[in-house]
Amino acid sequence: MSVLEIKHLDKTYSDGTRALSDVSLDVGAGEILGIVGGSGCGKTTLLRLVAGLDLPSEGFISVGGERISGPHPAVGIVFQEPRLLPWLTVADNVGFGLHHLPVAERINRIANALERVGLASYGKRWPRELSGGQQQRVAIARAFVARPKVLLLDEPFSALDAFTRASLHEHLLLLWEQDKPTIVMVTHDVEESVTLSDRVVVMKPHPGRVFETISVTLERPRDHLTAPFEKVKRRIHATLDRSMRPENTPQAPRKSDSGALWW
Amino acid sequence: MSVHINTGTEAAQTVPTTVRASRWPDPRVLAGVGLPIVIALLWELAVRVGLSDGRLMPPPSKIYAAMAALAVSGELQVHIAATLARVGAGFAFGAIAGTLTGAIAGGSETIRRVIDPSLQALRAVPSIAWVPLFILWLGIFETSKIALIAIGVFFPVYLGVASAIIGIDRKLLEVGRIFRLSRFQTARRILLPAVLPVWLTALRAGLGLGFMFVVAAEIMGASEGLGYLLVDGQQMGRPDQIVGAIIAFALLGKLADTLLVLLTRPLLVWQDTARAQL
Repeated sequence: MSVLEIKHLDKTYSDGTRALSDVSLDVGAGEILGIVGGSGCGKTTLLRLVAGLDLPSEGFISVGGERISGPHPAVGIVFQEPRLLPWLTVADNVGFGLHHLPVAERINRIANALERVGLASYGKRWPRELSGGQQQRVAIARAFVARPKVLLLDEPFSALDAFTRASLHEHLLLLWEQDKPTIVMVTHDVEESVTLSDRVVVMKPHPGRVFETISVTLERPRDHLTAPFEKVKRRIHATLDRSMRPENTPQAPRKSDSGALWW
Repeated sequence: MSVHINTGTEAAQTVPTTVRASRWPDPRVLAGVGLPIVIALLWELAVRVGLSDGRLMPPPSKIYAAMAALAVSGELQVHIAATLARVGAGFAFGAIAGTLTGAIAGGSETIRRVIDPSLQALRAVPSIAWVPLFILWLGIFETSKIALIAIGVFFPVYLGVASAIIGIDRKLLEVGRIFRLSRFQTARRILLPAVLPVWLTALRAGLGLGFMFVVAAEIMGASEGLGYLLVDGQQMGRPDQIVGAIIAFALLGKLADTLLVLLTRPLLVWQDTARAQL
């Protein structure tokens, strides 16, 4: 059963830029969907539409059967930057979206989320005192504590180094296991998409379209060094290459030994 | 034309520098404090040994004696209270009006485009130029003086608040949208705390200008206040009283500024911690 339904989505900005063209996607409950694609393929636009921050020009998005016409309580988002409020402590940042809840429940959820992202003792700190990776963990916790049905991640790890990224993947999966929300994650890191996703959507730029969808049926936790992992990765890379080639240009004849002839 | 983000000209001068390296003060700081004291002592000495008669520039002892006499008779307290009351009232009116106008201009581009050019033009008017008009309109008593001070306080506060609201990080506002904050909640939970530091800096700049304008107001005609002491000292040929009043202004201004900083410090803990960490 699909939780997130995207039908014939079109987005043209007021300056005439066509960011998305006829994008349709169905994402199931608890599924993690990765979205990769070259720059200008409308990945971020797509997420902003699902988050209700922008409105589509054509088509519609529904979450759990409800049409999205603005920010929706069942949809959470983690941006590329942590976007923490510098005047709130870490705990208050995590609880930013929980003001409607009774205090005890709020404190409970905050403590639980901070524990899962490994920042249990950081609740009283200020965001400025945290490293970039820790701040992004707080941002992820802030999105999770609201218990969204659909969680959107917009290249949330792109500014971080490889070690931090790997540990954040673990923290993310740990949080995901709790309520199993549907996750849509935009990334430019193919390895990341294979590590986390059940399906990877490759998008094609100018205007942004769905180019191909690739299923990743590996057991979690996924080992990066196994052959099946490598195989999926290579397949996505190849699809990405094709997606970025201009249309109607036949593939250039491959001369694998042409380099050698130069010598 | 939009609001210029040029509060820097007024505000940057009052940016707090609370970086303390160690418990022992820098010897240069000691020298900085010591310089005026040494000069005062030298001048005292010069008058005592007869190098100067100290008539136009009285020695510190004479200034102290003059102020002490005023204090004993209770006059000094009356003058200080009068000046403080004017600055206080003018500051309150100017700060409230500046904050409201700044918030409205910062919040609505349409309103900003309509009112900002006029306000910018009015800002360029030298303060003293208002005095004759205010006296005609509001009389020679307190109202005209307070209005003049309020004008002085108004502009830095208006500019500070408006530019802070315009410059607010749109990415943080989006966080508020994601959590579906109402307009009021957005103002209280995101706009207000984001604007607070700039607002407080603007208030400090406004308070400084308030003390400048109170002198102008009191010199134009008053029967009490530190500015009156200045004029009175000139007419009576009492430079000791003039210098004493100037020193009192310096002390009061510094004291009021320090008080404002101390009172608002709890609001900015998150910033101070950040600074201490860096």
